[in-house]
Amino acid sequence: MKKNRNLMILFAVLLAGLIAPLVTGASGAGFWVEVLLGGLMAGVLYSLVALGFVLIFKASGVFNFAQGAMVLFAALSVARMAEKMPLWAAMLMAVAIMVVLAFVIERLVLRPLVNQDPVVLLMATLGVTYFIDGFGQTVWGSDIYEIDLGIAREPVMILQSVFDGGILINKDDVAATAAAALLVILLALFFQKTKTGRALRAVADDHLAAQSIGIPLNRIWVIVWSLAGVVALVAGVVWGAKLGVQFSISQVALKALPVVILGGFTSIPGAIIGGLIIGVGEKMAEVFLAPIAVKAFDLAGGGIENWFAYVLALLFLLVLPEGLFGEKHIDRV
Amino acid sequence: MKLAEKVRVLAVSAGAVTAVMAVMASQPVMAAGEQFFPALVYRTGPYAPNGLPFANGFVDYLKMLNARDGGINGVKATFEECETGYATDRGVECYERLKGKNPPYGATVFQPLSTGITFALTDKAPKDKVSIVSAGYGRADSVDGKVFKWNFPLGGTYWDAADILVQHVGKLQGGLDKLKGKKIALVYHDSPYGKEPIPLLQERSKMHGFDLLLLPVTHPGVEQKATWLQIRQQRPDYVFLWGWGVMNSTAIKEAVATGYPREKMYGVWWSGAEPDVIPAGDGAKGYNALVFLAPPGQGQVHKDILKYVYDKGQGSGKREDVGEVLYNRGMVSMMMAVEAVKRAQSKYGKKPMTGAQVRWGLENLAIDAATIKKIGFEGFMQPVSTSCADHGGANSGSVQAWDGKKWHVTAGPYHSDLQIIRPIIRASAAKYAGEKHVPPRDCATDASN
Repeated sequence: MKKNRNLMILFAVLLAGLIAPLVTGASGAGFWVEVLLGGLMAGVLYSLVALGFVLIFKASGVFNFAQGAMVLFAALSVARMAEKMPLWAAMLMAVAIMVVLAFVIERLVLRPLVNQDPVVLLMATLGVTYFIDGFGQTVWGSDIYEIDLGIAREPVMILQSVFDGGILINKDDVAATAAAALLVILLALFFQKTKTGRALRAVADDHLAAQSIGIPLNRIWVIVWSLAGVVALVAGVVWGAKLGVQFSISQVALKALPVVILGGFTSIPGAIIGGLIIGVGEKMAEVFLAPIAVKAFDLAGGGIENWFAYVLALLFLLVLPEGLFGEKHIDRV
Repeated sequence: MKLAEKVRVLAVSAGAVTAVMAVMASQPVMAAGEQFFPALVYRTGPYAPNGLPFANGFVDYLKMLNARDGGINGVKATFEECETGYATDRGVECYERLKGKNPPYGATVFQPLSTGITFALTDKAPKDKVSIVSAGYGRADSVDGKVFKWNFPLGGTYWDAADILVQHVGKLQGGLDKLKGKKIALVYHDSPYGKEPIPLLQERSKMHGFDLLLLPVTHPGVEQKATWLQIRQQRPDYVFLWGWGVMNSTAIKEAVATGYPREKMYGVWWSGAEPDVIPAGDGAKGYNALVFLAPPGQGQVHKDILKYVYDKGQGSGKREDVGEVLYNRGMVSMMMAVEAVKRAQSKYGKKPMTGAQVRWGLENLAIDAATIKKIGFEGFMQPVSTSCADHGGANSGSVQAWDGKKWHVTAGPYHSDLQIIRPIIRASAAKYAGEKHVPPRDCATDASN
């Protein structure tokens, strides 16, 4: 009861912060909507990366620190192979590479560490991160590479009759949103309607019980890491087309950490909604809160969007320790 | 042990020995009597696309000197690369590892290609008696050689760059007085590098009455949506871009996405290379940036590099990248260090120079038009002349524009206004001297001069 009340208070505070620029006249309605849309679209991209974290954690209890490195590796594979073949063929080849990578990780890293403490597995994925980062740059190079999806970057103006100056949106942001939405629908169908998807859910619920009824854990791990690889591929292609493919996109994965903290480590809807909250929150904070903070504390600049995302996530943790949609832990004492 | 097992052990051992020998063979051999140049590079990580061409030009120049001239006045030049990843802690680690190499001479000079690393090494260099050259970056106040005896921001500082940009947009408006009421946004890397031009721009803003909008971008600069939404809201007359690495191309892409005209954007000289504009495609057409010391293109020195290094298959990068903006800048940075060694040799004799002797060479550099022609840099280099009081040696820059395929110099050269910059330099250097208890040198009587 008390938890619900605190959650209501938190949402009320966030909502007040969200509409404060409008109410106080700090922003016109058109610009406010633009920032909101910008945040939502950035949030969708964060959700894409967060999905990879959630898939693996849900199925194996491993927090895969290497998800960002997988995004970079997949994007590098697509970009470099697309120089020699059509984009669709490069993407298919990259899917195969990500499946091989999943197989290798399962064989060389996960299988020898079965039944070890979760922190050991986390450290192992840290090692995998550095390996994939270095290996990817050694094999594919460390320059900036292009992925051309054929979408124009020129902005489009909409709702000019409603808002003064109209609302500016980008076609590539819209395409990224559509790709993310499609991926979520496909994943939901996979988990709900297929035999393998149900097996994955069974493993997520209880490893030992799943094993006892004949679900092979090792095969499930290969499947789930492959799936995370495909999600990384989609995220990598979307981010790569937007920013150019180079090392920095692996660091975008750090943006997904507050998303999974906020949404819950085991929830796909949590990754989506968490991404949207973080995206909108950080953009609103950077545009409307940062200038006030700079004046109040006499800062020479100081971008706040990176750390504000974590502040937002921690605020939610105070009220809901498992995140918005995370599984509640009830331990017998 | 079974035979198969013995064979396997033997094969593994042979492989390991071969690998070790291969690694040793790839390292330049250093012996007494050589001039050792540490090369702090970043060929991996978020800033690699910009670090790669700079590093290639930096070491290719030394390779060419060894092959063509047999070194520097007969002294073989050696180098060792250390990967910093543009991270300050790794840069300091590289410095500690390389400063004592090639005894008894030690490292010739350090060029970190990072303002953060330069800040960190500034306190260490005097104790180790090795100079820090930061050509076009680092502490702007280290131009003052009376306080910063071991720092050499050769060719220009960020305050020079900011001053030149204000002069240029003032000229476009029809005079600096016409900047009154205008709005200039500084989109900067939220780091010591990005913050360096702020004091100068604030001073100029007070003088001419333009509004200065400060918009920081957090490392590495891939997330700029909020920044460019603010630019769309504030509609500044000009945007000055103080980025590095992927931040630059992302900024240009976001400018396209928000419809901000690229013709109104001006990058500092670290925001005006091929890796900054090519990823943005046609959207980068019309974008402007400063260029200092050496513009892109090829001259006699490049012909020599191609002949003595690339034709023999010893080039560090791709042949077609020789002559790009950052390749040339790396090459010029190394050339200035080599010229400092030559200058020191003219006083101390034609043998390997110690760090202290090279410092004297750096403080008495005289790279004039005749020298520039002689060493094959004609058309690619502004003269650089240093002194005890002036460790910069030059303060000019030009404006170049990207036409979608190449950079073209469109205005300049401009010279920064020293009447405005010098008082800021003196005040900042005096503050540093006070905080660090550094007694300022008297250039007239300093024995090491």
